[in-house]
Amino acid sequence: MDNPPALGPLRDPHRFHDPVTLDGLSPEVAQGFLRQMLVIRLVEEKIGDKVVEGKVRCPCHLGIGQEAIAAGISLSLRPPDRVFGGHRSHAHYLGLGGSVFQLFAEVLGKDAGCSRGMGGSMHLFDGAHGFLGSVPIVAATVPLAVGAALAAKKDGGQDVAVSYFGDGAAEEGVVHESLNFAATFRLPVLFVCENNLFSSHLHIDLRQPSDAVCRFAAAHRIPYELVDGNDVTAVWSATVRLLTGIREGRGPGFLEAVTYRWRGHVGPGEDMDVGVKRKDDLTLWKRRDPIRRLREAMQAAGWLGPRENDLLEAAVREEIEAAWAEAESAPYPPPDATLGRVYAGDSCGR
Amino acid sequence: MNYCEGILEAHRHLLRRYPEVFVIGQGLWSPWYVGNSMKDLDKEFGVDRVMDTPVSEDATTAIAGGASLCGYRPIVVHPRVDFLVLAMNSVVNQLAKWSHMLGGQASPRVTIRGIVNRGGEQGAQHSQALHSWFCHVPGLRVVMPATARDARELFVASVLCDDPVIFLDDRWCYEHTDEVSEIQELDLQEQGPRVIRSGADLTLVGSSYSSLLCLDAAARLSERGIQTEVIDLRVVSPLKPEILVASVEKTGRLLAVDGSWASCGLAGEIIASVSEKLPMPAWKSRPRRITLPAAPAPTSAPLEKDYYPSAAAIADMAESMVETRKGRA
Repeated sequence: MDNPPALGPLRDPHRFHDPVTLDGLSPEVAQGFLRQMLVIRLVEEKIGDKVVEGKVRCPCHLGIGQEAIAAGISLSLRPPDRVFGGHRSHAHYLGLGGSVFQLFAEVLGKDAGCSRGMGGSMHLFDGAHGFLGSVPIVAATVPLAVGAALAAKKDGGQDVAVSYFGDGAAEEGVVHESLNFAATFRLPVLFVCENNLFSSHLHIDLRQPSDAVCRFAAAHRIPYELVDGNDVTAVWSATVRLLTGIREGRGPGFLEAVTYRWRGHVGPGEDMDVGVKRKDDLTLWKRRDPIRRLREAMQAAGWLGPRENDLLEAAVREEIEAAWAEAESAPYPPPDATLGRVYAGDSCGR
Repeated sequence: MNYCEGILEAHRHLLRRYPEVFVIGQGLWSPWYVGNSMKDLDKEFGVDRVMDTPVSEDATTAIAGGASLCGYRPIVVHPRVDFLVLAMNSVVNQLAKWSHMLGGQASPRVTIRGIVNRGGEQGAQHSQALHSWFCHVPGLRVVMPATARDARELFVASVLCDDPVIFLDDRWCYEHTDEVSEIQELDLQEQGPRVIRSGADLTLVGSSYSSLLCLDAAARLSERGIQTEVIDLRVVSPLKPEILVASVEKTGRLLAVDGSWASCGLAGEIIASVSEKLPMPAWKSRPRRITLPAAPAPTSAPLEKDYYPSAAAIADMAESMVETRKGRA
C-alpha cells in the first residue's frame, strides 16, 4: 500500500464537536434520523437502568454514543436486504425498525421477545425487518453475512447483506477469509466496522499496529470509506455511495465509522477505571454527541422548533415506558422450550 | 452401484431436482481432493453451483450457513475431516445453536460433508475420524453411512433436512456395492440404526466402515459357531438406542466398534445408552469396545497397520466374550 489509511484527526476527541452538516438531507429525513437515534439511546438507557435495578440479568452491551451509525445506514436498507450484528447490536436491530417491546421482552427472557426469549441481549433476530441475527462470538456473523450476500447474488436481484462488526473483529482470522471471499466472488455485501477504539477494556493501540481497520479493505481491493461515525449525515451519505456500487453488482464495500462508546464493554457503568486515559477522553467524546450535533444543526436550519425536540423526546419516552410495562408483565417461555427448539422439526412455539 | 457412485448420484439427483441446492468447498473441481464422488459435476451443473473455494474452511462453512438462511440448501465439502476442525466455531457455536438461540425462527439447513480419508501413511493430520465431537453437540445431526445405498439415500435425506447435518463418508467404504435401485427421498428424522445381520449370541454395533468390519467379523464368528447380530448405526446423532437395547436384551452381549478414540467417544456412548436401559441380569458378559488406541495416527506402515481396528481383532474379542460366559457356566 502506498498510503495505508489511518484514523488521523477522526480519533482526536477534541475534534468534531460542531453541529453536523445537513447536505443532501430533507427535513423529514433529518427528523427521522433524530427520532431513530433518540429511540436507540433512550431504549439503551432504559436497559442500563434496569440492569442496575437487577431486573435485567443477561449481559447487555450498550452502544450509547454510537447511535448515528445504525441510524445512518438503516435508512438505505429495505427488508429483502439482510443484516447481521454482533454482541452490541441493539442499535442495529432498532435501526431497521425492530420492536422496542420485543427487545425489552427479549432482554427479560420472555416468550414474546424477538428471539422468543431464547437469546437475551446478545442473540437478536427480526426476520420481518431483515435482521437475520446477532451473536456474541466476535466476528462470527461476518462470514454468515457473506453467505447471505452469496444467496442474494444467486437470486439475481439487487439485495445486499450488511455485516456489522467492531475494531476487535479485525483481529479474528475469519474476517480476512470473509473479505477475501467476498472480493473474489464480487458479492453484494457492505462491511461496517464500528471502530470505537476499544475491544472490551483494551485500546486499539495496544492491539493493532495501525488504527484504521479499513486498511484490510484496501488490501482486498474493496472500495472503502472512512467517516466520523458520530455524524449521521456522513454515515448516511457514505453508505449511499457504497451501496450504489454494491447494488450495481460491483462487489463488496467497506465502511469504517469512528466512534466511542460512553458505557463500558458490558453493563451500564462507564468503565472509567480501564483503558488508556478513558476518563479524560470520555468527557471530550461526549461533546461529539451524534444526537446533539444533529439537533443543533436542525435548529440552526429552522427544521426543529424550540418545543418540537421536547415533544419528540417526551413521545419517545412515553412509548418506551409503555413497551417496558408490557414486556415486564409478559410470560416466560413454556418449560418445554429448552428441548423443544433444538431441531427444525421440534414443535415448541412454531 | 458402489458407495462412491452413490454419493455422486445423490449429488446429481439433488442438483437436478432442487435449484436451491449448491455445493461449495475446496477441491471440488479436482478428483485429487474428493475422489470420483463429485466427478464432472462442475461441468454438468456449472461452476456457480459447484463452487471451488479459497483455502478458508471457517468462512466457507459459515458462508454456506448464511446462504442457507436466505433460501438455499448448500452442501459444504471438506475433503478431509481434519480440515473441518478449522471451521469448528462456525459449526459448533453458530450453525448448531442458530435455531435454538433465536427461538426456533431460523434454521441453517446446510449439509457439511467431511471425508474420512485414512491410511496410505498420511499421518496424524490427514487421517482423523472426529464424529464423536459432533455427536456431543445438540442441534447437529451426524450421519455416517456404511453401504452404497445409504451413502446415496442418507446424503439426499441430509440435504433435504432442515437442520445442520454433518455427513461423514469414509473412503474405505467407497468400494462397497449395492444393487442399483431408484432413489428414495427419506426423512432424515425417521432414520436410525438398522439390524444388518441377525444373530442370537452377541450384538456388534458399528457405523460407517466399522459396520463393514463388523459384518466381516460376524462371518468369521459364524465359522466358529457364534451367531452375531450386527447393527449399523447410520445416524449417530441424535442416537436412537431402542434397536440396540432390544438386540442386547436378546443376546446379552454388546461389543461396540468405532474408528475414533475411546475417551468420551461414540463407542462409550453406545455402551452407556444400552447399559442404562438394561437391568444387570440381562447381561451375560460385560460390554466391551474396540476403538483406536489413544494416540495420533502414525505414518510408518507397520505401525499404521496395527493402529486401525480389524475384523480379526473384533472377532477375537467377541469370541472371548462368549467364551467367558461359557467358561463360567
